[in-house]
Amino acid sequence: MEFVSPEGLRLDGRRPMEMRQIRAEIGAVAKADGSAVFEMGNTKVIAAVYGPREVQNRTQQINDQALVRCEYSMANFSTGDRMRKPKGDRRSTEISLVIRQTMEACILTHLMPRSQIDIFVQVLQADGGTRSACINAATLALADAGIPMRDLVTSCSSGYLNSTPLLDLNYVEDSAGGPDVTVGFLPKLDKVTLLQMDSKLPIDIFENVMQLAIEGCKAIANYIREIMLENTKQLEYRRGI
Amino acid sequence: MREIELSLNQTQKIRLKRALEKLESFSSKANSNSNASVSISDSIPVNLEDGVLKGHGTLDLNGELVATLCGVVERVNKLVYVRALRARYKPEVGDIVVGRVSEVAQKRWRLDIHYSQDAVLMLSSMNLPDGIQAYQVRESLYPLGCSLVGGGLCRPNHPGRIPTKNSLDYLIHDSGGWGHVSKVYSLGIGPKGLALVRFHVIKSRRRTALDELNMRSIFEENDVICAEVRGIQHDGLHLQARSQKYGKLERGQLLTVPPYLVRRRKQHFHHLEQYGVDLILGCNGFIWVGEHVEAKDDMVEDQVSKPEQQKFNKNSISLEDQEQTYTPIETRQNICRIANAVRVLSILGFNITIEVIMDTMNLSSSLNLDIHEMLGSEFCVLVAEGEAERRSLTKRKG
Repeated sequence: MEFVSPEGLRLDGRRPMEMRQIRAEIGAVAKADGSAVFEMGNTKVIAAVYGPREVQNRTQQINDQALVRCEYSMANFSTGDRMRKPKGDRRSTEISLVIRQTMEACILTHLMPRSQIDIFVQVLQADGGTRSACINAATLALADAGIPMRDLVTSCSSGYLNSTPLLDLNYVEDSAGGPDVTVGFLPKLDKVTLLQMDSKLPIDIFENVMQLAIEGCKAIANYIREIMLENTKQLEYRRGI
Repeated sequence: MREIELSLNQTQKIRLKRALEKLESFSSKANSNSNASVSISDSIPVNLEDGVLKGHGTLDLNGELVATLCGVVERVNKLVYVRALRARYKPEVGDIVVGRVSEVAQKRWRLDIHYSQDAVLMLSSMNLPDGIQAYQVRESLYPLGCSLVGGGLCRPNHPGRIPTKNSLDYLIHDSGGWGHVSKVYSLGIGPKGLALVRFHVIKSRRRTALDELNMRSIFEENDVICAEVRGIQHDGLHLQARSQKYGKLERGQLLTVPPYLVRRRKQHFHHLEQYGVDLILGCNGFIWVGEHVEAKDDMVEDQVSKPEQQKFNKNSISLEDQEQTYTPIETRQNICRIANAVRVLSILGFNITIEVIMDTMNLSSSLNLDIHEMLGSEFCVLVAEGEAERRSLTKRKG
């Protein structure tokens, strides 16, 4: 199948190095401590953060740091064919783990000992790159909850189809079976916290593809930072002196 | 950007937008350089040569000061810290908080106060109704500006605090000595320019196993309680309730607002006489609106000198209690009106103070609005416009 036309356009009309349109909104869940909605094109994800709060299961309490938990789920209506998925299937357990590890790496957990932070992410519309979108939404929600973090963590995916590196794969490109690299990145520290790849790539091409994903992460980080700053300013001036 | 969750029509949208823009212009004029907003991983401009103390919400990254929170940069002398908005409550000693009992454990209650852990209220840091064994009235001279610690010790490390009746909160401490200071009266200036102070010292009865068994008769799970933050001990945050004004809250509503909207002030207990309502603005963002309860004066004389009378009263108490559980409809309406005023302010994200609450309430009654209409979009827009007007007035004065 042809994923990049001779004119250099992808199936949805983007250039190979072009990202889908992103949109973020803070404060979607009223009762949560922090919440956010994140959209990348047609992929839409909602995240809610509760905590730091008292540990629910005393045996899990850690005395010198916070316990971070994460739950990923997909709404039944998120995909093209409506399917009733059992909760806790292998795919969502794996993604929950990935998100938890990524977020735990940047939260300053030692500042909140003997407490627990719960992150709930749900996919409302799935069009490829849900993993990345979930991480971005979780970052925003954590920032909204006022949880101290080392750095923003943002995520973006890239792939390699028709011998072209492609940024931010959508569902059709994702299911083509080519290599799909998801990167989680700390822009200020210039460090990678998450790297996943399906299928295989030669090392020199892999470096290009990964670099492309990192550039995507940086672009998302800039956008997220703007959103957060705007939100902080709003809250501050509304409250007044 | 956080949107205000209301269903507004077009004109209301524009009016709200205009009011908020007005508010924005005031705050940006007032503190254009001192209060800079930052988001996570933004670097904070500091002069490292001057020596900087990094406070909460900051991190040293290769010699650069970086924010770890979204918030406002505050500078106090050399200290630089980031004040987070919309975070959970951070307790400070002496804060008045409202909480809900989540668990009755050994010799303690665990309270949910919107902190990262449950707070602990020990049985021993409560004044039990019959727990007072003896008390003394003492008089002494203290230098002006000192503060008193239980047992009549004088500690001169809090300048600017003249012991007066108002500093009662501050004076109640665990003494480890004879007892706890309960009431303080300033009698004026004595010889040598020292302040003459009279205070009561209460010696409490030792808590027995029986008291422990009866803990549920004092507070049960899900009871709402008002207390004061005592400090952080090794096993968590401790509260105390050593006065009659603290304790169980009944016949009213508990509201939760983001804690950053409640400022620490001298007075957190408000008795609104014209409405017969008590309002407690807890520093942790839990706000209590309830029927006014006459604080049973814990004047110890009554309990010690009139034991017979108390016994005599016991039979009539049940009748009295029955009468007390009834709240008149007007009071109920007032409670709801005040509660809705707080809700509107919290939706709009405005500072919650007694003055603003009263203004909002008066606005609603002057417009002859029903209580339920206060949560409608029209009233929210009116409150936003009123707030813009109010701030512009204070600006002109200042």
